[in-house]
Amino acid sequence: MSVLAILIPVSLFLGGIGLLAFVWAVRGRQFDDPEGDAARMLSDDWDDRPRPD
Amino acid sequence: MSGGVAISACPACAAAPLATETARRGAGRGALMGDADSQILLALPGIHCAACISTVERALGTVPGVRAARVNLTLRRATVEAPGLEAAPLVAAVEAAGYEAHELDAATLARSEDTAGRDLLMRLAVAGFAMMNVMLLSVAVWSGASDATRDLFHWISAAIALPTLAFSAQPFFVSAVRVLRVGRLNMDVPISLALLLAAGMSLYETTQHGAHAYFDAALSLTFFLLAGRLLDARMRRAARSAAAELSALEVPRARRVDAAGQEALVAIADLAPGDLIRVRPGDRLAADGVIESGTTDLDRAFLTGESLPVAAGPGDAVHAGEVALSGVVTLRITALGPDTALGRIRDLVARAETARMRYTPLADRAAAIYAPAVHLLAAAAFLGWLWASGDVRLSLNIAVAVLIITCPCALGLAVPAVATAATGRLYRHGLLVKSDTALERLATIDTVIFDKTGTLTDGRPDPVGLDALPARDLGIARALAEASSHPLARALGRAIAARGIAPAELGDLREEPGRGVAGSGGARLGRADWVGATRVDGTATYLGTGHGAPVAIRFSETLRPGAAEAVATLRARGVAVRLCSGDVAAAVAEVAARAGIDDWEAGLDPEAKAARVADLTQAGRQVLMVGDGLNDTAALAAARASISPASALDAARVVSDAVLIGGTLEEIPAALATARSATRRIVENFGVAAAYNAVAIPVALAGLATPLAAALAMSFSSITVSINALRLR
Repeated sequence: MSVLAILIPVSLFLGGIGLLAFVWAVRGRQFDDPEGDAARMLSDDWDDRPRPD
Repeated sequence: MSGGVAISACPACAAAPLATETARRGAGRGALMGDADSQILLALPGIHCAACISTVERALGTVPGVRAARVNLTLRRATVEAPGLEAAPLVAAVEAAGYEAHELDAATLARSEDTAGRDLLMRLAVAGFAMMNVMLLSVAVWSGASDATRDLFHWISAAIALPTLAFSAQPFFVSAVRVLRVGRLNMDVPISLALLLAAGMSLYETTQHGAHAYFDAALSLTFFLLAGRLLDARMRRAARSAAAELSALEVPRARRVDAAGQEALVAIADLAPGDLIRVRPGDRLAADGVIESGTTDLDRAFLTGESLPVAAGPGDAVHAGEVALSGVVTLRITALGPDTALGRIRDLVARAETARMRYTPLADRAAAIYAPAVHLLAAAAFLGWLWASGDVRLSLNIAVAVLIITCPCALGLAVPAVATAATGRLYRHGLLVKSDTALERLATIDTVIFDKTGTLTDGRPDPVGLDALPARDLGIARALAEASSHPLARALGRAIAARGIAPAELGDLREEPGRGVAGSGGARLGRADWVGATRVDGTATYLGTGHGAPVAIRFSETLRPGAAEAVATLRARGVAVRLCSGDVAAAVAEVAARAGIDDWEAGLDPEAKAARVADLTQAGRQVLMVGDGLNDTAALAAARASISPASALDAARVVSDAVLIGGTLEEIPAALATARSATRRIVENFGVAAAYNAVAIPVALAGLATPLAAALAMSFSSITVSINALRLR
């Protein structure tokens, strides 16, 4: 049972990383245009170099 | 959305005040691309794919002065950062690339920013994270953890659940406190009570080394209810931003003429009675007034439904909302804003709206029964067990179990899940639903009233019998017609051009406002008395070529695509169809015959239209009004439900429950069918929720409900309801 003392904090920590990543994505407005983001990966624009902005 | 006063019993309604609140809070945060001053928003209704995005962004990027341009495909909108640039060159650039573009008023749209949705999403994410972790710990407890291990797991659950509840369940607490302050109940009151009691009771049980803790139930309740709220907020946002978009399309300005004769473009609000304004061809009149100089043809279709323009000259009274088609006129303003004919129609609309029977949404009706019933049940369970056992702790535990098990997860999802699916489906078919209860109201419709001009017809006349004329005459007619902006002339020009006949070479083309167009060699196109022809019945223009007798060219109105099919489908389904128009009888009869409507009335003014709707409603009919003009707005507001085409005047679109974008009129019967099946799904969902409760409540009352049973009942009912909603697609 002593393994719980490690496993529970570890699982909470890993889940917390996921939660933070999601919060970061929402704050960064990554959910503002889901349709556009899905379509953009099909276009060849800026495939050779990053968008300058 | 009148945020502050929206106190209602439906859980979904809490999203609206929340939205305004969070919008206020989020307003300070800067936008992604620079400040709003240098931003220009463009509506791009035609874009739909990856190639469209690159084409539009590239086109905008080549305009000098543009720093950055980004297309949002979900909102069909482009944000352009271009300090000091006007929208016109940007619109031109996008149109040159082959896409439709309109400027949007950034200030109007700033209000519809999705801060509320993002806020709810954040709370949902936190609740979801906490729910999963606590559920994992709970599974261990359910499968037999005991003593110290169980206590440890309960303590960890409490440490996760309590802060999460404090953050994620805030929308429910805020809404519950708000209605309790004014002495009312809504769905959020039992929700908040269940959450607080469950958390408090579980914490106490944990300190007492008890076997049952409801942390997982409290969290999953929060999670499912937030999911319903989020769906609801998203739907409202889509509708709201579309409505804002439509009103942002009209930027009202007028050209004021000062004492020195100089023109200046000013906002309508800066005008005063007595000012002179100049109106150019194509302008919509901003105020009521009297013409000082100049003559023009006025298109009154939006005000009166008349399909043909009337001539107006010095001394004639003209009204706000009319469109000048030819000739520049200067008018002295006699009335502005609410005093105008347009303003009086708005009053009529306001009266019609208050007279409209208040519709209580299904969710509110369910909540009105549900909220008191749950409280009574829980109180009865507590008192009953206290009387039977005398054990306060046990009685309170059972009361909490009753509250949690009956808590309306499924009820909270029942309406938003179906409404999201249904409005999404209607939007893909070109019908934008603006009102929350529109679907439910559309489902009850048994009578449809159509307006004629601009609704059943596209408002554009079509010349008939051109084949009888020699090509040489048609060439002259085209040359004359293309010199005018009168709707009959433009229609004639288009029709002849479509036949591939080149315009004749005429010199000295000039338009005489109120009469017609004249060219060299005595060629004239216009009114019968001016051309020298004999008048014929119905809509017609007259062509004098300079040699031979003048001829009449008759016109008929083109039905909108799908008009006849829509009428036929509606009648086949047993829905009564009527045509009510302000136009003259001959024109109405002709259109009614082609659309297949026997029941028509002509020459109705706005009051009469609204009265017709009121009479039918009195007689027990559920009326759907479909109209586009100002003369229809009162009727639109008075009807049980209303639809206007996207080409309709702002005022008409605002009072309508739904706007037909693009799509043909055939979408109307389709929309009624969708609304009916959506309402059936909502009722089914209430049935599902009730059935779960019917099983769960006796178990809880008997004191047999465990946290495991609560978790199962909650998840299953929520999933069943969501799946049932998705069947609509």
